Amino acid sequence: MRLLDFYGRHLGELLFLLRQHVGLVAISTVVAVLIGLPLGVLVARRPAWQKPILGMTNVVQTVPSLALFGLLIPVFGIGAWTAITALVLYALLPIVRNTYAGITGVDPAVREAGRGMGMTDGELLRLVELPLAAGVILAGVRVAVVVSVGVATIAAAIGAGGLGVYIFRGVATVDDTLILAGALPAALLALLADGLLGLAERRLVWRPR
Amino acid sequence: MNAVLDVRGLRYELQGRALVDDVSFAVGAGETLVLLGRSGSGKSTTLRLINRLLMPTAGVVRINGDDAATQDVTRLRRRIGYVIQEIGLFPHFTVAENVGLLPRLERWPATRVAERVRELLTLVGLDATMFGSRYPHQLSGGQRQRVGVARALADEPFGALDPVTRGEMQREFRTLVGRLGKALVFVTHDVREALLLATRIALLESGRLIFLGTPDEFRASAMPQVRQFMDSAA
Repeated sequence: MRLLDFYGRHLGELLFLLRQHVGLVAISTVVAVLIGLPLGVLVARRPAWQKPILGMTNVVQTVPSLALFGLLIPVFGIGAWTAITALVLYALLPIVRNTYAGITGVDPAVREAGRGMGMTDGELLRLVELPLAAGVILAGVRVAVVVSVGVATIAAAIGAGGLGVYIFRGVATVDDTLILAGALPAALLALLADGLLGLAERRLVWRPR
Repeated sequence: MNAVLDVRGLRYELQGRALVDDVSFAVGAGETLVLLGRSGSGKSTTLRLINRLLMPTAGVVRINGDDAATQDVTRLRRRIGYVIQEIGLFPHFTVAENVGLLPRLERWPATRVAERVRELLTLVGLDATMFGSRYPHQLSGGQRQRVGVARALADEPFGALDPVTRGEMQREFRTLVGRLGKALVFVTHDVREALLLATRIALLESGRLIFLGTPDEFRASAMPQVRQFMDSAA
């Protein structure tokens, strides 16, 4: 009740923070896919790169998010770009790992048929491996997005805005309503993003019917 | 001899062990050579050596007289129709897309691709209207095999042919090869299939070619390994 009351009085601010939040997640996800997809392909093609690249993405994942945000401040300063960099680093692991798993999971007989027919490396990747791995890759993107929505709330700590602003303000003033005002829409946002990506997966990805 | 495919002294080693050891044979136009052997005998490896999915340790593969090792590998493979045991149809492509893949990669105009697909499917006894839009998992094993054969034949241009519409796929296949004038290497461990399809049978054991001859010679041979295979068919 008090939450609705709060939203009633701060609707403009809520929408602004929500838009900031979605912006952080959207930009970082796009960048993470642009970096992670080629990295995943590289790792699948050159086993020697597997340990260093997957290892690095793993290590990043183990750094607590607040610490990572803090560590990046000296590099990028305070604000959205630092937050986006941190979010990209977090999103890389599921995307790289699932791209790798998706591509190496393609039936060897299918891959050999493609090679045997005289497909070039690029053709094999574009026409066979990526389409067949798309389901696994998209699942990785889904995980990345859901995690990003959560981690992005920490971005408020370094002045990047987003729904975390309410949460930090609420923690500082010991105000449950304010914490909920940030946490609830963040959770709903995560569910919504997951649902939409699930829908996209069903529409875009080939599967036996 | 004007062999389409000529294999001389083919050898392939992996970690010091010879998987294929001094294998030689030639296949002429319209001929089907069946590589027969148990699993691990080196028959699939031999096939991969021919289209350079593997590089021979020693020996020469000539296709129409040209050394395969010196040719552009993509061009080489596109000149060799390739059907493997697992067939390897692309599960995310329809039958028509599978068969028309190579022509599409070669940038044929769409109408010509569609025409060729129709032609090829009819040739292997599948109705293009009915099967063209289906996916491999919606087909029976035999139908998938036909599609695999149609796809392997897709690249080579040939004229209009009488459609093959009935009878056993294997028999159709043999006449098909004869009419197309293609040289064919077929891998199997099933001696009945070998006897039905082959103009000549090459029996492999532990990477070595131990018998090479016509199906009739194979049936008549007193070689113990051949007898073993013949007994398994009885």
